[in-house]
Amino acid sequence: MRPATEAELAQIIRDATGPLVVRGGGTRTIGQCDGTVLHTGGLSGVELYEPGALTLVARAGTPLAEVEALLAKENQRLPFEVPDMRGLLGRRGESTLGGVVAANASGPRRVQVGACRDSMIGVRFVDGRGSVIKNGGRVMKNVTGYDLVKLLAGSWGTLGVITEVSFKLLPLPEAGATLILSGLSDAQAVAAMSAALGSPFEVSGAAHWPGQGTFLRIEGFSASVAYRADRLRAHLAAYGVAEVEPGTARWAAIRDVAPFHARTGDVWRLSVKPSDAPGLAARMGAEAVLYDWGGGLIWALVAPGNDLRARLGAFAGHASRVRGDAKGAFQPEPAGVAALTAGLRAQFDPRRILNTGLMGA
Amino acid sequence: MEMPKPNAMIVSAKSRIVARLRKLLPADAVIEDEAETRAYECDALTAYRCPPLAVVLPRTTAEVSAVLRLCHEENVPVVPRGSGTSLAGGALPTADCVVLGVSRMNGVIETDYDNRYIRVQSGRTNLSVTGAVESDGFFYAPDPSSQLACAIAGNIAMNSGGAHCLKYGVTINNLLGVTLVQMDGTVLEIGGPFMDPGGLDLLGVICGSEGQLGVVTEATLRILPKPEGARPVLIGFDSNEVAGACVSDIIKAGVLPVAIEFMDRPCIEATEAFAKAGYPMCEALLIVEVEGSPAEIDEQLGVIKQIARRHNPVELREAEDEDQAKRIWLGRKSAFGAMGQINDYMCLDGTIPVSSLPYVLRRIAEMSKDIGLDVANVFHAGDGNMHPLILFDANKPGDLERCETLGADILKLCVEVGGCLTGEHGVGIEKRDLMNVQFAPDDLEAQLRVKDVFDPKWLLNPAKVFPLASTASRRAV
Repeated sequence: MRPATEAELAQIIRDATGPLVVRGGGTRTIGQCDGTVLHTGGLSGVELYEPGALTLVARAGTPLAEVEALLAKENQRLPFEVPDMRGLLGRRGESTLGGVVAANASGPRRVQVGACRDSMIGVRFVDGRGSVIKNGGRVMKNVTGYDLVKLLAGSWGTLGVITEVSFKLLPLPEAGATLILSGLSDAQAVAAMSAALGSPFEVSGAAHWPGQGTFLRIEGFSASVAYRADRLRAHLAAYGVAEVEPGTARWAAIRDVAPFHARTGDVWRLSVKPSDAPGLAARMGAEAVLYDWGGGLIWALVAPGNDLRARLGAFAGHASRVRGDAKGAFQPEPAGVAALTAGLRAQFDPRRILNTGLMGA
Repeated sequence: MEMPKPNAMIVSAKSRIVARLRKLLPADAVIEDEAETRAYECDALTAYRCPPLAVVLPRTTAEVSAVLRLCHEENVPVVPRGSGTSLAGGALPTADCVVLGVSRMNGVIETDYDNRYIRVQSGRTNLSVTGAVESDGFFYAPDPSSQLACAIAGNIAMNSGGAHCLKYGVTINNLLGVTLVQMDGTVLEIGGPFMDPGGLDLLGVICGSEGQLGVVTEATLRILPKPEGARPVLIGFDSNEVAGACVSDIIKAGVLPVAIEFMDRPCIEATEAFAKAGYPMCEALLIVEVEGSPAEIDEQLGVIKQIARRHNPVELREAEDEDQAKRIWLGRKSAFGAMGQINDYMCLDGTIPVSSLPYVLRRIAEMSKDIGLDVANVFHAGDGNMHPLILFDANKPGDLERCETLGADILKLCVEVGGCLTGEHGVGIEKRDLMNVQFAPDDLEAQLRVKDVFDPKWLLNPAKVFPLASTASRRAV
């Protein structure tokens, strides 16, 4: 099914007699759910773009690439650096805004500007009852009523089918540079990234690719980038002499987890306290790891059947299996939190027809 | 302002309820004497007052849990309170409620510079969070005007902003986790010292829920390294429209100031008379602040000044030293106090798309003239968060009512141009009855259902945020 309007979508959901699988571009879905596929691609198009107000409103089925091209013409961008998951997950198709939001997909710039959900200022969606609901709007600051915008971000289509999203944007920087430290152990690398992120030099990316180097990104006006790169280099002298590479081209590979593309095996994504990261990584028995977010995000390539949650036991954070057995992709929640999640799903989708099976239930 | 009729059964059971509370808490943590509960009869929206049944001031999460469990069992409404600085009546009690104040829970639990967070008890004041880390070069970014007094608990409840959120975001963008005590006494850990931990974003909906989903007793907050420096520039214009256009051009140019503040003539005049900051007398004034090293600041201010000059400013003044920077901010920071000196005022908080600034300011001036009450405007222009101050005389019969009418009309105007009722103060009781202007019934129903999940008996701060009629059947349960 491929509704062309929000009203048509609402009717489909009201009339549904069985489970629905909500599908944008299908480029970043994880987990397993069965049912009639409901494509959102018909709900496409930018409804409002005001460069002077740094605001974009678009329908959820709008291709990400179309939006990125439109913003680039005005020297602006979505702040949170959306990862392209096709290479990692072996998918084709065109990522849509709705899918980006449903997955709360955020790249390396997360450490500086926040996640996808932090740039979201409004949402429209159709819940499992078939009601059209709006929350937030198109303004930067809004505390009117409960923030369902955040609740819908990262909800993987389990509370409703997102039909429209509003973002605040950022200007494209004039220039960028990447500092590269070599030969650091994972623990040294995380310490160096912490030192960088704790400095006033506005680091917009901090990643460690074992064997390849430790990377720190700076963006802004040209003179300012040169100045901060220089100061940051001095600030990190204890970790070696950093090479300064002009530009930021290499960050796409980190964002998209390119090191794992050509390799087989399961891929896990862990959100952790950065200083815990090297210790956790050492216990994973992973074939390869990639650290982003200053160590707060670990991508791990492991042999199939190696259940990292069982292996690591309790730790501060969260682990998803993004590639491999779809069952158990999402981490089970503690009982009290799980009860709230179940309660919210029962309220928004009382017939349990939306993406049943995702997010652990 | 209508409040629900207090439950007579609860009021008549006061002595028994208080006796049960006393068994749970130390003697000094339960207040029932009428003279003493008066201190809690209102928040910063002082036009509305009501002493509560009792006040409790717990010191630990366990005590909060015990109090809530008891109130849940007795069906007693609970009004959580941080420092009581809400401008929206978020902490206004009812005669049948227990006020749960977190002010005694104000400690720092953990500071972690490597991972850039601080864990505090929620009664800690906003400014003292920065106070705990600034000697090590860090700060907590959200900076509401009341930051000297307001508590983190209230900041989380209202998702507070501040002058610098153009760059650093509001509370939710700087909050990593909370300890939440549910109305039935259940204690939950939501989030923690890590980012985006999967699962539904409960933290995102708890923040800004105005104390209706649970009581936050501890919070993990993101702290940031202090910038190398900051410098403001003051730009005066001979019309609001031109100032508004200048704001839009600055944003478009790719500079990201930490703050763009706007004051109009009535506000400049009042502030000047009060604080003598040396502001130029003009129709509109912008304060734009940027951060970085001296050279970076020069570069950014260079771009901003170039844009400003295209709009023919009547004044363009850059701070040359710390003292001049302070003087530029002095007037802005004294604006509310200055207005308070000359009048009673009501401070609104609607947010509008930046592009609608000139139109909205013109309409406010017309509406102000029609109703015969002056309005001064001072606000965060970079993000469209207006703060019209309606001046009135509380002792003059009919003035408060006219002020409320004008306030409602201005907020309706904000919604009409694509904005919202409140950008950072919250709905509380003040804007409760206007929610229908911004939201359709289904939009509101979806929010009520969230409360149904967290607080099925509707006992937490029940008479706030939503129009009373829309919650009556739920509150009756």
